[in-house]
Amino acid sequence: MSYAITQSRRLDATFAALADPTRRAILARLASGDATVNDLTKPFKMSQPAISKHLKVLERAGLISHIQVAQSRPRRIEAAPLKEATDWLENYRKFWEEQFERLDELLEELKLASETETTDTHKKKRRKKNGK
Amino acid sequence: MANKTEVKAEPGKQELYIIREFDAPRELLFRAHTEAGLYEKWVGPKDMKMSVEKMDAVAGGSFSFVHERGGHQYKFFGVYHDVTAPERLIGTFEFDGLPERGHVILGTTRFEELPNGRSRLVHQSVFQSVQDRDGMVASGMERGVTEGYEKLDTMLGTMIARTHAAEK
Repeated sequence: MSYAITQSRRLDATFAALADPTRRAILARLASGDATVNDLTKPFKMSQPAISKHLKVLERAGLISHIQVAQSRPRRIEAAPLKEATDWLENYRKFWEEQFERLDELLEELKLASETETTDTHKKKRRKKNGK
Repeated sequence: MANKTEVKAEPGKQELYIIREFDAPRELLFRAHTEAGLYEKWVGPKDMKMSVEKMDAVAGGSFSFVHERGGHQYKFFGVYHDVTAPERLIGTFEFDGLPERGHVILGTTRFEELPNGRSRLVHQSVFQSVQDRDGMVASGMERGVTEGYEKLDTMLGTMIARTHAAEK
């Protein structure tokens, strides 16, 4: 369960960072390449300090990092936490899909059983179930 | 199988949805959810033994079932609030293995009729907190994936993501 708890905390940080539209737009911009604070400020009607604040939140959640290139510190997107945020739900979905595939098989059996049954419905069903 | 399972869980919300279509009438789908002998056959992780202890699918009735693997038991239980054959099931659901009591989930499952003898299941789970929901999803993930593979997967996933990021 401890793995789930640590992961759950990490996901809280990821989702909290993703909950803001400006931060999502920043991530979308960074997905197409590294960018400096100046580059990132241009498309938004916001001050540079406001953008820097958003960048700090993203950095704390591990969604971006910065690199040192000469005088500038371009920001870079980090894919791993985003991948974890999508995998989180995808693995749960797969867990249900696996169960539903078993349910599909069971429903096929039930359909066949109800097609072949004529009069003594209940007894036949019991026998079929126990015979499996 | 063409029928896709859809899970919706928006960040920061206390609910999640599970949606799936079936190539069978909803009467059978309803039975597979309310008869112990049938429920046992499809619910639970595939590497665990599933036993229904009780399943009294009437309003006010209760259910409990156990998943077992290597001597470890995981028990779930709850109470039926509304049982309307063949269209709706409403009830509570709780995992017995948590350190404290009371993390109850309110579940509503609707079985919708579709043309040509098909049906659609729409399940909603409402949790007491966002943490409860996210914890449940994360533990479902733990149960659903074999441990060894899970670690390998995470490792590979991180490596692949890093490589992609580095290439940019």
